[in-house]
Amino acid sequence: MSILVYTESWEGKFRKSSFEAASYANEISQDLNTDLFAISFGLVAEEELSKLGEYGVSKVFSFPNINKSDNYNTTNFIAEYAKDAKAIIFSNTFTAKMIAPRLSSKLKAGLMSNVTTKILDTNNFKFKRQAFSSKALETVSTNTEKAIITISPNAFEIKNNNISCEIITIEDKLESQFNVIGSETNSGKISLSEAEVVISAGRGLKGPENWGMIEELADLLNAATACSKPVSDIGWRPHSEHVGQTGKAVAPNLYVAIGISGAIQHLAGVNSSKVMVAINTDAEAPFFKAADYGVVGDAFDVVPKLIEEIKKINN
Amino acid sequence: MNILVCISSVPDTTSKINFTENNTKFDANGIQFVINPYDEFGLTKGVMLKEKNNAKLTAIIVGEANVEPVIRKVLAIGADNAVRINMHPSDSYSTACAIANYIKDNPFDLIIAGKESSDYNGGAVPGMIADMLNIPFLNACNGLTVNGNEVELTREIDGGIEKISASLPIIIGGQKGLVEESELRIPNMRGIMTARSKPLEVLECNSAPLNHSISFDKPESKGECKMISSDNIEQLVSLLHTEAKVI
Ligand SMILES: Cc1cc2nc3c(=O)[nH]c(=O)nc-3n(C[C@H](O)[C@H](O)[C@H](O)COP(=O)(O)OP(=O)(O)OC[C@H]3O[C@@H](n4cnc5c(N)ncnc54)[C@H](O)[C@@H]3O)c2cc1C
Ligand SMILES: Nc1ncnc2c1ncn2[C@@H]1O[C@H](COP(=O)(O)O)[C@@H](O)[C@H]1O
Repeated sequence: MSILVYTESWEGKFRKSSFEAASYANEISQDLNTDLFAISFGLVAEEELSKLGEYGVSKVFSFPNINKSDNYNTTNFIAEYAKDAKAIIFSNTFTAKMIAPRLSSKLKAGLMSNVTTKILDTNNFKFKRQAFSSKALETVSTNTEKAIITISPNAFEIKNNNISCEIITIEDKLESQFNVIGSETNSGKISLSEAEVVISAGRGLKGPENWGMIEELADLLNAATACSKPVSDIGWRPHSEHVGQTGKAVAPNLYVAIGISGAIQHLAGVNSSKVMVAINTDAEAPFFKAADYGVVGDAFDVVPKLIEEIKKINN
Repeated sequence: MNILVCISSVPDTTSKINFTENNTKFDANGIQFVINPYDEFGLTKGVMLKEKNNAKLTAIIVGEANVEPVIRKVLAIGADNAVRINMHPSDSYSTACAIANYIKDNPFDLIIAGKESSDYNGGAVPGMIADMLNIPFLNACNGLTVNGNEVELTREIDGGIEKISASLPIIIGGQKGLVEESELRIPNMRGIMTARSKPLEVLECNSAPLNHSISFDKPESKGECKMISSDNIEQLVSLLHTEAKVI
């Protein structure tokens, strides 16, 4: 018996969320007293693959010739290698979100997405998951033999459990159901969905020319930048930065909202953040009801001060 | 070309979420139900393709009679006909089975669903349908052009977008970008009038779920927001550093 964790790489390096998923899967494998195996698609060097051992993975099946976007073939391979698996664990990347439901149908294994807890009952795979855009937690269970679990990036900590990881390379090359023509990466250095810190700004910033200080602050904190919907609608910032109900959902450790009113549709995409800071001239701004720390003040005064103070502690 | 849009009926985003019967059921009392926001993009895209490519646009919804206002609205926006599978959508799998069964009997070239329902946030139905029908699938799709039997698509990936080409039939989980928000169609008077005479077929299905919803709770409410003076940003940084330990 085993637990299988899906790991995802980008340009040959594992995403941080893969290590989170492995750490999480390692705990499940301990609860169920099973081995922990991993599966990886796309070219990843042996040295990188063996890093999975640091998180408790004892064996990784690597498919260097299968494009991870090819959800038809990845699903089939996972199904094949999950024959004796009790659970298959994914971190919620966009690609994982294509595979997990396909796999659930293929294996007739209950899919639990956005899981926020460890296993609550080992007999029937009981978990809590986020629903209603983080406004509620749903307790769900499945009676199927296997379960498929997806967790959100940043929801669980990376935990070390050093063991040696055996690498099994499978050279299969298969026809895909579609052709990947190419990709374009966003300008930001850090992927918004995986960032531990997000610096976000809204219409209170008055114009695109004022984002210099937002980027400077983000750089200092190794953070990704985000924005409210109107800001991307007017074209001050790229659409890829739009967070909220109709944009991306993010769950960093720290979310700093600068000149954002805190409309319910905005909060729906950010309220799973562990700590939120609001900076707003209006003491009545709804964001202060959701935030952990608040500063009533002008962004053009507060943000430069914040930059100075962070520089001090960074030194 | 035959296009199917999958529509889920969800509480309006500004709704207060409550539960009844000992926190086992969603409390629909006083809730305004709307077309799932991600499905609105797919629906408008479908209407545009219909106008441009002379396609036929069918809408499908799995739900009991209470979802009819939402599906009528879909007809008013521009679907030619609609199908309601009369069944409580108790999990993603049983919902996907119901839709896939319908498609097996009534094939479509292009099936447009949303990337997720804004209520249960499963993000699962279109991927499951893809497996059940053994057709290609792309999620978080934010661009689609159709040229005869070929489609070019873009999908969101973590940190960028990816471009894909494929042949029909295909199923996508759509989102903003399929069309822009400013292009979203809303029902006009004529649409509302003609919707009344458009066919709305009701079919039965009782596919079995894999999962069971046990209960709901609300996340612990956050403590009071700690207010810090704009003259004391040093204190904010120190709290984030030593108390919250996030920087
Ligand atoms: C169906 C639907 C979906 C939506 N989806 C989203 C979504 O996904 N994401 C999203 O963000 N919004 C969404 N919205 C829009 C949302 O309702 C709000 O309109 C939007 O979030 C407001 O953006 P904002 O806070 O930047 O702007 P505003 O509401 O204009 O707020 C600007 C804030 O800046 C403050 N301010 C002004 N000057 C300064 C200064 N110098 N320093 C500091 N603060 C200052 C003001 O006090 C104000 O609170 C959606 C709306 C609908 C109807
Ligand atoms: N009850 C339903 N009836 C029809 N389509 C649905 C239903 N539930 C979900 N869908 C479709 O599947 C997409 C993803 O939903 P979900 O998997 O529930 O998050 C939605 O955006 C809809 O397009």
